[in-house]
Amino acid sequence: MALSRETALALLHQMVRIRRFEEKCAELYSAGRIRGFLHLYIGEEAIAAGVMPALTPEDAVVATYREHGHALARGLSPESVMAEMFGKQEGCSRGRGGSMHLFDARLRFFGGNAIVGGGLPLAVGLALADKLARRDVVTACFFGEGAVAEGEFHESMNLAALWKLPVLFLCENNLYAMGTSLARSESDTDLVTKAASYNMAAQPVDGMDVEAVYHAAQDAVATIRRLSVPCFLELRTYRFRAHSMFDPELYRSKAEVEKWKEQDPITTFHARCRALNQADDTDLAKIEAHVAQEIGRAVAFAEAGTLEPVQDLEKDVYTLRAEAYRTIEDEHLR
Amino acid sequence: MSTSGKARTTYREAVRAALREALQRDPRVFLMGEDVGRYGGTYACSKGLLEEFGEDRVRDTPLSESAFVGAGIGAALNGMRPIVEIMTVNFSLLALDQIVNTAATLRHMSGGQFSIPLVIRMATGGGRQLAAQHSHSLEAWYAHVPGLRVVSPATLEDARGMLWSALQDADPVIIFEHALLYNLEGELAPDAGAVDIERAAVRRAGSHVTLITYGGSLGKTLKAAAILAEDSIDAEVIDLRSLRPLDEATFLASVAKTRHAVIVDEGWKSVGLSAEILARIIEGCFYELDAPIARVCGREVPIPYAQHMEEAALPQVKDILAAVRRVLAHV
Repeated sequence: MALSRETALALLHQMVRIRRFEEKCAELYSAGRIRGFLHLYIGEEAIAAGVMPALTPEDAVVATYREHGHALARGLSPESVMAEMFGKQEGCSRGRGGSMHLFDARLRFFGGNAIVGGGLPLAVGLALADKLARRDVVTACFFGEGAVAEGEFHESMNLAALWKLPVLFLCENNLYAMGTSLARSESDTDLVTKAASYNMAAQPVDGMDVEAVYHAAQDAVATIRRLSVPCFLELRTYRFRAHSMFDPELYRSKAEVEKWKEQDPITTFHARCRALNQADDTDLAKIEAHVAQEIGRAVAFAEAGTLEPVQDLEKDVYTLRAEAYRTIEDEHLR
Repeated sequence: MSTSGKARTTYREAVRAALREALQRDPRVFLMGEDVGRYGGTYACSKGLLEEFGEDRVRDTPLSESAFVGAGIGAALNGMRPIVEIMTVNFSLLALDQIVNTAATLRHMSGGQFSIPLVIRMATGGGRQLAAQHSHSLEAWYAHVPGLRVVSPATLEDARGMLWSALQDADPVIIFEHALLYNLEGELAPDAGAVDIERAAVRRAGSHVTLITYGGSLGKTLKAAAILAEDSIDAEVIDLRSLRPLDEATFLASVAKTRHAVIVDEGWKSVGLSAEILARIIEGCFYELDAPIARVCGREVPIPYAQHMEEAALPQVKDILAAVRRVLAHV
């Protein structure tokens, strides 16, 4: 089914927003304003932008350490994400997580997990709780193809399928686990077959095509809600930038990168929209202007942010007793 | 029923009674782990619970420690109160990523947005000729990690009462049950229930020497204290109960009083719990000591199968007696 003009513009807007936000992050990293690890999603924006509209606010999201796009698309404000990367207490994790550990409990955004494969068991548990409580909720779990080599991938796929849990497994296959290509790490590079072997609906999706991602996610979420079973999507994509800001990219050729850039999810989708009269150059210019303003505000917010007092260093290693009992009581009453 | 109104029971039955109570009292509680259901629990702790509470609440899992511990974390994050059973501490290493990298970090790393009210129970310790992959005491590995609470019930009362208190804690709690304790028999009040999980307990009051221990070594230490009493040596026995946080105040007060300390820990001596306790005593009451502190620990080997070798590898009553006499002989 063709996208409405409204949806097409929203998808385009979201992708441009993530792209420009991250370009600004790279710039601020070079300027020393952002430190630590910074993993850019540039090239892969169609996935976060295409998947998130399929989810409701009640659904849960588990993401990886390359999650700026997922966070923004889920609804975390650019201000809170940028402030987090600046290490400010106004950040979405009070400046304690940084780029790799973005969280927002209210938006049911459960991170921001920097252990490859570590988020999958968590997603299974979130879905288990929903199933036991008879809530009609889906847990969307993003991970890279590198996670497929981890035991936690196989354990989690098996458990989700065995217990028929409402998990949407979203494998972002950008072909490289840091610098190791899929072909150099998997005896069988067909990830859909692996997933299907767990008795789970699984299909490949062109992860450079936001429209394809959008439809695949809508269909998968509908299936999960209808049948209360997990689904697996392999989203075939490519990261245009280095793995992190420290990566000299010795493992792939410039020509390969350039070839993939021909499939840039933003330019290809905009060209298609233009051909279908869904979005013209003025629309794109409006989006760019809007996004530039939004990012400007985010940077200003982060710059103006404050540092968490050092005396709070040990705060929240544990839940305060009084607070904990109150929470437990409240939940009981609810 | 005995004359005191207490009933004869075992540690295993006390654990089962605690599990049953938790499942009855709180609909958010469920139990999962390998063979907790149909098999009845590796140590028969959950026998009968599947029939009583059904498969949703007593869940047999595949042999996937990482996935089912991680699933426990996710379910705890999402409103449930899971009790995850891991067969032995050796197997828990397969779930170390989830416990250390997720359960222990999530609250702090997210700026205090999440609590993980998860309870993990596991068997620990040697003494049953199960050799080097089923017998170790790795409590210290978990007691090392901020964000976790670690407890070790050594008595029937604690086996019965620590679980409910752990479930009321908003953060992950690991309960270590020494496998040799499951057959421990004794009396338990019919109304036995929740107990505090923060404080150490003085299991025997004394004035000459402080013996600090926990879990499976408590029985041996009390036995040693009884033998010492025949020689007019009055030992105070402290059961740590909580391994993280350590109730330093209780054992420091005791050592300050007796001026002598012996630490008994089935775990390895190097970089272990005994090393931590010793350091706390040195930091906290160095000038109160009349003699160097002694430690009776597991020998630094993988636990062997053959009975005589396993016995030699684990702290025994005679080792505790020798250590106490050595400390008290020091002038």
